[in-house]
Amino acid sequence: MQLTQDQIKQDPPQDWRRYFTFCTDHKVIGVQYMVTSFTLYLVGGFLAMLIRAELWTPDPDFFPDSQVYNGVFTVHATIMIFLWLIPMLAGFANFLIPLMIGARDMAFPRLNALAFWLIPPGAILLLSSFFVGAPAAGWTSYPPLSLMDGTAGQAIWLASVILLGTSSIMGALNFITTIWEMRIPSMDIWRMPLFIWAMFATSIITLLATPVLTGALVLLTFDLLAKTTFFNPIGGGDPVIYQHMFWFYSHPAVYIMVLPGFGMISEILPVFSRKPIFGYRAIAVSSMTIAILGFIVWAHHMFTSGTPEWLRIFFMITSMIIAVPTGIKVFSWVATIWGGKLRFTSAMLFALGFLSVFLVGGLSGIMLASVPFDIHVHDTYFVVAHLHYVLFGGSVFAVYAGIYYWFPKITGRMLNETWGKIHFVLTFVGFNLCFFPMHRLGLMGMPRRVAAYDASFTDLNVLIGIGGFLLGVSTLPFLANAVYSWIGGPKAPANPWEALTLEWTTPSPPPVENWDVLPVLTVGPYDYGHEGRDPQEIIRS
Amino acid sequence: MVANTGEAGAVAVHHMDHEHPDLRLFGFLLFLISEGMLFVGLFVAYLAFRAVATQWPPAGTPKLEFLIPAANTVILISSSFVIHRAEGAIKNGDVQGVRRWFGITALMGAVFLAGQAYEYFGLIFKEGLTLWSGLYGGTFYVLTGFHGFHVLVGLLLMLGVMYRSFKEDHYTAEKHFGVEAASVYWHFVDGVWVVLFLLLYVIR
Repeated sequence: MQLTQDQIKQDPPQDWRRYFTFCTDHKVIGVQYMVTSFTLYLVGGFLAMLIRAELWTPDPDFFPDSQVYNGVFTVHATIMIFLWLIPMLAGFANFLIPLMIGARDMAFPRLNALAFWLIPPGAILLLSSFFVGAPAAGWTSYPPLSLMDGTAGQAIWLASVILLGTSSIMGALNFITTIWEMRIPSMDIWRMPLFIWAMFATSIITLLATPVLTGALVLLTFDLLAKTTFFNPIGGGDPVIYQHMFWFYSHPAVYIMVLPGFGMISEILPVFSRKPIFGYRAIAVSSMTIAILGFIVWAHHMFTSGTPEWLRIFFMITSMIIAVPTGIKVFSWVATIWGGKLRFTSAMLFALGFLSVFLVGGLSGIMLASVPFDIHVHDTYFVVAHLHYVLFGGSVFAVYAGIYYWFPKITGRMLNETWGKIHFVLTFVGFNLCFFPMHRLGLMGMPRRVAAYDASFTDLNVLIGIGGFLLGVSTLPFLANAVYSWIGGPKAPANPWEALTLEWTTPSPPPVENWDVLPVLTVGPYDYGHEGRDPQEIIRS
Repeated sequence: MVANTGEAGAVAVHHMDHEHPDLRLFGFLLFLISEGMLFVGLFVAYLAFRAVATQWPPAGTPKLEFLIPAANTVILISSSFVIHRAEGAIKNGDVQGVRRWFGITALMGAVFLAGQAYEYFGLIFKEGLTLWSGLYGGTFYVLTGFHGFHVLVGLLLMLGVMYRSFKEDHYTAEKHFGVEAASVYWHFVDGVWVVLFLLLYVIR
């Protein structure tokens, strides 16, 4: 490889075909991430609707056997976490980080391309498992259940997740280096946009937590394929140690999926409220606090795994403490929109939708953090409701807000606002109809991950099913809007929303290398080009 | 909107420089941190397996060889000093010196691997301790095998640097990221071994 960076960048064709090349431009890679992961979101959503079809009636009648059903919900969850949310947010990070900090590309462009190109093989691997007996032990793959199946799907699941973990470590390494080393000189850390703060915290979590998951999965692979007994009680092993290692990653991973969303919301709300963000430093610091606290709460997933009492109390208290930095964020957002001149664009609607539904997820999270309540509803639909309010209500709403907000920058075209609003209403109604009744269902005692249930749960399940299918349908107007607008939408100006971060100083879409002359920050994080003027005045004008 | 100053132009040049050694070293250190977390995860898992076992080492487990791993520890620690000389050499532009010190380090690494192979051979064929001998054998071979694999990668890195050093001006007093990376990686592998030695052979 004797090509210089410039040659690699100029070689690919400058039209749609470049998205199918090993291009190293961070914007192309960002779009590759986003389109790939959105495609997989549709696949994962389709699987979710199959699950709802099975649960329409109390009897297990839709799938030929329960093994297939188990495979469908396992692959649904694995896709949504490892192939939709994490890569989607990595896509935003790839596109936005250099643009927001005044860099011309990521620190390691080729590593960046490699990190993306591990995703499609990971996806193909995971989906191919359906042909050899899909993994059926849930996305957590707890042993000994995951060791008992005997089909090849579990091994494929392990290979796929290890591969995707490697990809996200590569991405995180790149993000941290870029953020730390490649900011324009006028941007000290207290002038970094909040999305950058959020990605910095997220990347630190990814870098530190993902290898531990890899370690656990390697040991599990040994158990599965070489028949060792690390996690197999039959040979003296201990499955609970797997749970510890798994949640040491997977609890922080919740913040990997939600912190970038927090960052996006912190960018979007001020722009459409025409007010500066309230409590910039508090939000920045709370991102880091959440990252740190995220590492000492993992065992709250294991209150019913035989965890000793004193340890459960410790994890209960630390889990509840996370509500403090999260609450700081929520109150800052509310204070930001308070008294603002709100513009209800689709991006703003999704941001406000995020605020309302994430609040529900956060509150049910505090409920679940308390040991006695958790023991009562553990592995019921209450937990399913909570996690969907956090991960769909939090992350997916934020992702949609981000798409509506940055679509003009990414594609150079404006999205249709009317269809965006139709999309929002359908999503919001479908989402709440689907997931809110699950709280009730869980309190009534319906366990998760079952194909058959007591007939008394039927009505609620039908309601949830209607919401679920509505949620599936709600993606159609978005999809049509995005495809149509990308091809033939009105051309976007450089700064359609009158935003104040650096990415809007570039043309839409930004050219290779982003700027002819790099921009200079003058006062704070949200005031490019306004020498000496008070940013608060500018944003209010 | 955008100030067109000479300063910004200079910045542009700086940011184009993806070969900037500080940047790459920073990224490489982050990579090592993630590698370190992989080992930390496995170490903590080992301690947890030890804690749940009723007896450690389990009854009937062969006694681990002490002399060879102790000698290996000495070899690895001294090799860290040797490879440090290579860094000093390249800072004076002495590519010959890099090859010499890398050569000696690689040799010491190879001796380490040979010692480990000898130890494995004895344990497997004479004592009957295998990967399948419960948690004891399993954790022992996974941890030491995983570390041994890292030693091997370190050797390959050094050989790669030595091969490249024959190209005219590939490494200079100013530009020698490859040398630095191989060296930092080797220190890391040594550090991991010291912890591993304490865990597996000393506290037993």
